[in-house]
Amino acid sequence: MATPMTQESQAQTAQIVMQAKQLSAFYGENRAVKDVNLDIERNCVTAFIGPSGCGKTTILRCFNRMHELVPSAHVKGQVLLDNENIYDPMIDPVQIRRRVGMVFQKPNPFPTMSIYDNAVAGLKLAGVRKRDVLDDLAEKSLRRAALWDEVKDRLYKASGASLSGGQQQRLCIARALAIEPEVLLMDEPCSALDPVATSKIEDLIQELQRDYTVIIVTHNMQQAARVSDYTAFFYLGELIEFGKTERIFEKPEKKATEDYITGKFG
Amino acid sequence: MSSPRFKRVRGSRYWVNHIMHALCMLATLAGISSLFLILGFLVIQGVGAFNWDLFTQPESSGLGISNGIIGTIELVALASLLGVPIGVMSGLFLSEYGRRGRFGNILRFFTDILNSTPSIVVGVFGFAFIVVNTHHFSALAGAFTLMVLMIPIITRSTEEIALLVPNSLREAALALGVRQWKVILFIVMKTARAGIITGILLSVARVAGETAPLVLTALGNLWPNRSLTEPIAALPLEIYNFATGPDPKLWSQAWAACLILVLFVTLTSLLARLSTRRSTLRK
Repeated sequence: MATPMTQESQAQTAQIVMQAKQLSAFYGENRAVKDVNLDIERNCVTAFIGPSGCGKTTILRCFNRMHELVPSAHVKGQVLLDNENIYDPMIDPVQIRRRVGMVFQKPNPFPTMSIYDNAVAGLKLAGVRKRDVLDDLAEKSLRRAALWDEVKDRLYKASGASLSGGQQQRLCIARALAIEPEVLLMDEPCSALDPVATSKIEDLIQELQRDYTVIIVTHNMQQAARVSDYTAFFYLGELIEFGKTERIFEKPEKKATEDYITGKFG
Repeated sequence: MSSPRFKRVRGSRYWVNHIMHALCMLATLAGISSLFLILGFLVIQGVGAFNWDLFTQPESSGLGISNGIIGTIELVALASLLGVPIGVMSGLFLSEYGRRGRFGNILRFFTDILNSTPSIVVGVFGFAFIVVNTHHFSALAGAFTLMVLMIPIITRSTEEIALLVPNSLREAALALGVRQWKVILFIVMKTARAGIITGILLSVARVAGETAPLVLTALGNLWPNRSLTEPIAALPLEIYNFATGPDPKLWSQAWAACLILVLFVTLTSLLARLSTRRSTLRK
């Protein structure tokens, strides 16, 4: 940094891992996210809530430069990761995606790969060949994703697609963790799962926050209330309200937030 | 007693259904019966001419077609050498980079035109392009022509099958920070492998039976081919020569050659079937 920072602001930026600044996201002419400013605190869970089509998934995909993969999609404004703009034209999006992992709505393990190969797919495809490194990270990330005990006997034999839906999703989480990201983006990770699998994933999110920063998009307001420290409410592409989760759910400042949370619309 | 609430339609519907069902089945039978007729005919006429000489002696001896069998294998192998990589890569280009956008659509359009171009036209092209310029009918000219016929088949089948790979897998890999060329190579191609191989084998089966373009380029040869710049024999050419010739002994060799060609094509298709069944998308 060129300008010396005061102690206070340094302490503050150490807390903030990602930051959206005047962020707008487009699909062709259509602006799906409008001038969003948002700070994501390190080692916290931040939930994005809002009705369908409010732009919460789009903004999530802006945080690891996945949005631009959609034809005709582009982004205006900035997203900072550790104070560096990830949309700097000189930055390779591949680097960003290795530091900001992602778990999708539908579990999507690679069907041609074994459980082990799924877990270390990111490493292997990035050129890591050392067997002991791979073995180590496979076990570590499968343990972190609370899947190790269920699959340790068939790591090499069973395909990733042979697991149950909930297990598949935890495998996808393990796969994302194996590349050791700082931030984990989760796009409605439980919407395709049954309640038992959902509660397992939710417990896992609580565990993960010790080592990672988690941003989760959810349709389920109870889920946001259960797992998150901060909640952002989006409506029609705008960030309506953002704050501590208890505050948002107990004393929302905006009418729209209150209406959505109390189920008057959505 | 209450009157029935649903209209009773069994009579007419029942019969119309069964009649249409039967008609469709008849149409199918009529369609594939020609295949069985051909196969039956070939077996009856061809098996009698099967003997050891057929496979070991060249055409020049008047006893066999060994040079034609080797020639066909040689031509198809040469054509595949460049045709398969070009076809697979074009197909992947269309599915991974050219899904929409003008360039992809133009390419797709011309691939389709090439795909439906009569093979004799491609043969004339090979003749004008290579034979005239080199002043020689040659194995290379024949292989080149077959390659031109192969590429659009492989391109389109590879594209179609790569499009079946769910986008969620591509996204999963990209989100792991995997570069796109690796995604294509290790995710898309690996997942679609069986289908891509099927497309390749079907194109091989298709060009192995081509005659017209070879008449204009490979020409045929009574002896085994010694150099790629010289004319080469091929099964379809031998069939054509034998069948149009005056010698009844050669006619039965033509039948045998037909049977071998059909067996080759059938085996290739069967291989294609098997490779799809042992799908890489196992559960």
